[in-house]
Amino acid sequence: MTTEPLQKHETGIEGLDHVSQGGIPKGRTTLVSGTAGSAKTILAGQFLVQGIRQYQEPGVFVTFEETPDDIRQNMLGFGWDVDAFEAAGHWQFVDASPEFGSERIIAGDYDLGALVARVEHAVNACDAKRVVIDSIGPIFAQFPNVTTVRSELLRIAQVLKRLGVTSIMTAERTEDFGPIARYGIEEFVSDNVVILRNVLEDEKRRRTIEILKLRGAPHSKGEYPFTIVPDSGIEVIPLSAIELAQSSSETRIPSGIEELDEMCGGGFFRDSIVLVSGATGAGKTLMVTQFLAGGVANGERCLLFAFEESRGQLFRNAAGWGIDMNGMEDNGLLVVDCCYPEIMGLEDHLIRMKVLMDRFKPQRVAVDSLSALERVSTLKGYREFVLGLTATIKEREVAGLFTSTTPSITGGTSITEANISTITDAIILVRYVEMFGEVRRGMTVLKMRGSPHEKVIREFTIDSSGMHIGNTFRNVIGILSGQPQNVTTDEMERIQEMFQRP
Amino acid sequence: MTSAEKVILKLYVTGRTPRSQRAIGALQKICEEELAGSYDLTVIDVLEHPQLAEEEKILATPTVIRSLPPPIRRIIGDLSEAEKVLLGLDLTTITNNISE
Repeated sequence: MTTEPLQKHETGIEGLDHVSQGGIPKGRTTLVSGTAGSAKTILAGQFLVQGIRQYQEPGVFVTFEETPDDIRQNMLGFGWDVDAFEAAGHWQFVDASPEFGSERIIAGDYDLGALVARVEHAVNACDAKRVVIDSIGPIFAQFPNVTTVRSELLRIAQVLKRLGVTSIMTAERTEDFGPIARYGIEEFVSDNVVILRNVLEDEKRRRTIEILKLRGAPHSKGEYPFTIVPDSGIEVIPLSAIELAQSSSETRIPSGIEELDEMCGGGFFRDSIVLVSGATGAGKTLMVTQFLAGGVANGERCLLFAFEESRGQLFRNAAGWGIDMNGMEDNGLLVVDCCYPEIMGLEDHLIRMKVLMDRFKPQRVAVDSLSALERVSTLKGYREFVLGLTATIKEREVAGLFTSTTPSITGGTSITEANISTITDAIILVRYVEMFGEVRRGMTVLKMRGSPHEKVIREFTIDSSGMHIGNTFRNVIGILSGQPQNVTTDEMERIQEMFQRP
Repeated sequence: MTSAEKVILKLYVTGRTPRSQRAIGALQKICEEELAGSYDLTVIDVLEHPQLAEEEKILATPTVIRSLPPPIRRIIGDLSEAEKVLLGLDLTTITNNISE
């Protein structure tokens, strides 16, 4: 006899398959544990639904908690028509929900043999490949003998293993960070544990999924945020999707501003993410607008996510710079999506953006501004969002332009920059520069991966035909730190000589 | 005595295990002693008829269901605790009625 390596069973829940690196253990029981309202039943239901829809694998739903009628109704909310699955013989219920009103007296020794027989019968009746047991808490409430119930659940797990079905058993926990499950179930039933959390942090709910153990099989570690989407169920946001395996393009695309292309050594890279950082009013939205116009002029499809300004404002401002966004939209090459950051959580924003990108298939994506989303989430949640968004854009190999508003007028960095600077391919700074009682604007390419670029700080002006980048600032130091100082020519020469000495 | 007053009992067991045998024996004994022929007892093996267990939503075995007279009563276990069985099946009052 040879020992075969553990096989994984694809669940069909995209994000879960991603974090589990291929699915849950085939032919085994996986325990899914979580507090009340942590979406255990949804995950369980989705596991069966995806099995039927994607893999033609029938499933059995053993319910200890809700009645089949309640489950049918709840699942319909996600567009899962359990009635139809049942009629087609792909879905079978084993109803073990507690019956209220009927008296039950215990007189002597018992086991749950009838339940085991019913589960086995249901599996055989529809040739099930997947089984869900949801959730095991109420069965302990029905039968006072914890030891018996525990060993009977183990027996069910063994029967399911013999039948070769892959199953999910859900269990309650009392705290999001505490014992894995009540009644010490995990030690008895399953070596595979997935934990769902729904933590309240800074008055915001944050759902995460974590694979705690998987019978020694490889899986991604740590918590991954997820959200519940009305018509498709659980959507896990895989942060590690940045697999650093994306093919890298040498192709340059115009930034929409000729001089900027020169500064960047010939334009942005086809699949790069560019961060534009600057104070409010410094010219970031203009840069976005020109980036989009440049794309459209090049025949590329462009998508703008605007979180600060309404369509009306954007279009009016663009017109003021001589750019006709209406015309671009009419051509079908531009889609502008305006949305207030506060209307939903960041996970939901990300899913929405993903859906839009999948639908429109843009070649350029701009986000104005990314930092506007900082305020709707915790720092951790924001960081995950930025990672997820970057991953989503990189996966599709499109060019991305994000803007970030710095908190102070003259300089400094924002949270966005601290979180994102290492995952962007290029960073452009736009700054106000005060010179002799006058406020001017400066721009520099701080970094540009894989390409030579100008290191100087150039002055730029804005007029009715957009942005014009001019010469370098001479005789000024300290622009980046937000404290520009004028220096005399003598001083400049002295400093240069200092560096030239051997 | 009419058939309407007959006590109808169903005993669900899983296979011919010692526990099943104990339950069958105990129930038969109680019925003979307390109901003296005015009962109808069916033993159902859920391994052979899982569908019947599904219909009655049986989880534990052995389980006795008294379907008549109403209300429906359920007793779980090998029925080794005779007093609880009598109480649970509400047989004491029935036998009293019969004797009156």
